[in-house]
Amino acid sequence: MKLTVNGMPRELDCDPDMPLLWALRDLLQLRGTKYGCGKGLCGACTVHLDGKARRSCQVTVAEASAAAVTTIEGLSDSGTHSLQQAWRQHNVPQCGYCQPGQLMAASALLAANPAASDDEIRSGMSGNLCRCGTYPRIHAAIKSAQGDVPLAEQAGD
Amino acid sequence: MSVLTRVSRRRFLQLTGVAAGSLVLGSVLPGRAALAGVLDQSSGAALNVFVSIREDGTVEIVAHRSEMGTGIRTSLPQIVADEMEADWQRVQVIQAQANPAYGSQNTDGSRSVRDFYPVMRQMGAAARTLLEHAAAEAWGVPVAQCVARNHAVVGPGGRTLGFGELAARAATLPAPEPSTLRMKPESEFRYVGQGLPIVDLEDMTVGSAVYGIDVHLPEMLYASIERSPWLQGRIEAMDADAARAVAGVSDVVELRAVDGPPGFNPIEGVAVLASNTWSALRGRGALQIDWARSEHSEHDSAAYIDELVSRVEGGPGEVRRRRGDVESALASAHQAVTATYRTPYLAHAPMEPPVATARVSDSGCEVWACTQTPQATRRAVADALDLDVDAVVVHVTLLGGGFGRKSKPDFAVEAARLAAHAGRPVQVVWSREDDIRHDYFHACSAQHFRGALDAGGRVTAWLAREASPPIGATFDTTVNMNSEGGLSQTFASVPFAVPNLQIESHPAPAHVRIGWLRSVYNIPYAFGVGCFVDELAHAAGRDPIEFWLALIGDDRLLDFSDEGFSYSNYGRSLEDYPYDTARLAAVIRALADRINWKTPLPAGQGWGFSVANSFLSNMAVASKVEVRDGRLRVLEMHGALDAGRIVNPDRVHAQMEGGMIFGLSLALNGEITFAEGEAQQSNFHDYPVARMSQVPPLVRTHILPSDAPPSGVGEPPTPPVAPSIANAVFAACGERIRELPLGRHFNV
Repeated sequence: MKLTVNGMPRELDCDPDMPLLWALRDLLQLRGTKYGCGKGLCGACTVHLDGKARRSCQVTVAEASAAAVTTIEGLSDSGTHSLQQAWRQHNVPQCGYCQPGQLMAASALLAANPAASDDEIRSGMSGNLCRCGTYPRIHAAIKSAQGDVPLAEQAGD
Repeated sequence: MSVLTRVSRRRFLQLTGVAAGSLVLGSVLPGRAALAGVLDQSSGAALNVFVSIREDGTVEIVAHRSEMGTGIRTSLPQIVADEMEADWQRVQVIQAQANPAYGSQNTDGSRSVRDFYPVMRQMGAAARTLLEHAAAEAWGVPVAQCVARNHAVVGPGGRTLGFGELAARAATLPAPEPSTLRMKPESEFRYVGQGLPIVDLEDMTVGSAVYGIDVHLPEMLYASIERSPWLQGRIEAMDADAARAVAGVSDVVELRAVDGPPGFNPIEGVAVLASNTWSALRGRGALQIDWARSEHSEHDSAAYIDELVSRVEGGPGEVRRRRGDVESALASAHQAVTATYRTPYLAHAPMEPPVATARVSDSGCEVWACTQTPQATRRAVADALDLDVDAVVVHVTLLGGGFGRKSKPDFAVEAARLAAHAGRPVQVVWSREDDIRHDYFHACSAQHFRGALDAGGRVTAWLAREASPPIGATFDTTVNMNSEGGLSQTFASVPFAVPNLQIESHPAPAHVRIGWLRSVYNIPYAFGVGCFVDELAHAAGRDPIEFWLALIGDDRLLDFSDEGFSYSNYGRSLEDYPYDTARLAAVIRALADRINWKTPLPAGQGWGFSVANSFLSNMAVASKVEVRDGRLRVLEMHGALDAGRIVNPDRVHAQMEGGMIFGLSLALNGEITFAEGEAQQSNFHDYPVARMSQVPPLVRTHILPSDAPPSGVGEPPTPPVAPSIANAVFAACGERIRELPLGRHFNV
């Protein structure tokens, strides 16, 4: 099987039905993409296929071979995407496990809809679970990356 | 080369002698064997078990507790760096392996800062003292003229030597006596009290942070395990031919359970080993297994909770705490109020399921795991493989959430047993279905309350009865009633100034593995207590917040000993950590000042309030909800916390946000049910956890300033949330919901 991952051609010897998630993690050693549910319910494994957010646990290697795959490792050169910077500015992560998926979902959302409204952010990001409850900061970081000042009231005192 | 090999035995004793007499490390000097692994991940000159310094001046500080999202890998080293005058930009944090030389590594019970704040200061002060002595020796001047400042020691005439230049000499000096250590005045803190970004922030935003599931060893096999669907089930028959035929599958292994209580032992199961996770999962799906039934295979949670309700409503239980004469006061009440609450089983569902990797060789076993409890993991693996504990090394990865699940190292034992069998490294990955079906479940409960009000709306009697399967049953199957430690979590430790009060328990034998989940029994008990206070307030025609304050009464220090109840106080003495109702009342007032509690709301909206003391901290929560056409939305959540001195306020706010959202999640969605012994939920479609769409647009947190000793942070924000929402639902629509989750009654 042939894949293009983060701009690099990769060749795999695997079952074409293997979910892209496990091919990335176990065969290509790209472990920034996380397993969370295996059923497309949590978004931890979100990657881009041709720039669109997809659950890599629900995409087979065969299907992915027709597209350009981008993982968190390829989102930017050394973490410089505006969302990665905003994530750091707002100290978003707690355990951090879901954050690669959150960042991949948010970056696809803003690429498609740069001026996404609060409600559009909320609905667009609701497929990505965070058990630590970093949602208020994810929302604020996306607003920051859009160039907006997030709700001042959100901050604690 | 490791520092371990360069440090003499005498030096080990000096190093650990720093810890002697300290709060947690105790006065017993660990032997040489116990120190294996303490320093061997650092490369600098060791000043004590927590601090070493490289020649280039990099200060290595050991994080001995597990990072599962609280920021503890930053907050504890931040204290050391401050106290020793290190420059945070030149600090590298090193994750400790399992080793008792560090004291407790069990990252659990909201204890990291509260127990280790003084220890971290001592370690920092000891390192600073050695550096100052080294400079004095180098210059031939009295040590009194040498002062550490920002990564260097300054001497007479303004001469300086950097920490890196002093490290080798400092490491040869005798460790200072703990009693002689001079602590920095708190007014000079540079880092304590600052919201430093977590040390893993960069890695977490680029995908390079390493969790348990990200460990990869050469020749490693991946394992997926089919486990008994009910507690104490055994393999009766198995057909593994189809599983073995799956491409990539290399072996199928029966993992027999050991006899006895569940403890941290693996559930009986069949493991499929393969060259990648996908093949292991497919092979496992092809297994045919017949499971022998057990005494728990009939467990039905709905019938079980009904039975607990009939017990608590049916009559008196065992008295756990008594003041005055509740029965007489109830009989002569101006108004009596009665209510029964039920709460369900819950699963932890950390985003990273349990995962462990093990490698077994002639010399022992190495484990890499997302464990909250490295030392218990080490002991459990040693027991399972019949090894000396010193022959087991436990490497602690980052944890993709823990919430108490990863305090139970059954998954590491599975990996170790499979690696021993396979003769190759093995990684055990729990699927989400495994995680939810085979959790150490949070206990369900039934709680019955009776309150008496006098004509003035004052509470004259408080009777509370509970039945909830005890955590103790996981370790001793004869235990069938909650412990004093369990009842010390809100239920029996209610801080109420009422003349007559009685707390009772009924038995509740466990039929599943009962474990602890973030804030533990405070979840069900703060729900029952917090809702019943609200019911009394409404019955009395009083404002709930004012009613709470009146019920708590005059400022005083609580001591339950003369009422027959031995209050655990979360393991600390009441001298060190008094239960001070003035601080509880202060969080209520601080929160009330920050919300428009009394402003009239549109129809269908309402405010709800609750408060809980837990893990030595006080937390009040107010929620505003809207109930319309059967749909419940939480519009705002506000929290106020007093957790004593705060080390990293940004992480404390983050824990408050997260802990409140965790509480919201369980209040709206959280429920595990059992039928014929099997958990009926399996993934996020039927065990939903809060999504961004459920989280109120406004989550606001307030920390009360305090100079009191640090108390718990990770758990206290959760307990008051569910009652605050249920009380808000009543205020919004007049429906009193006495069970969780609220999603049983509303579209959430």
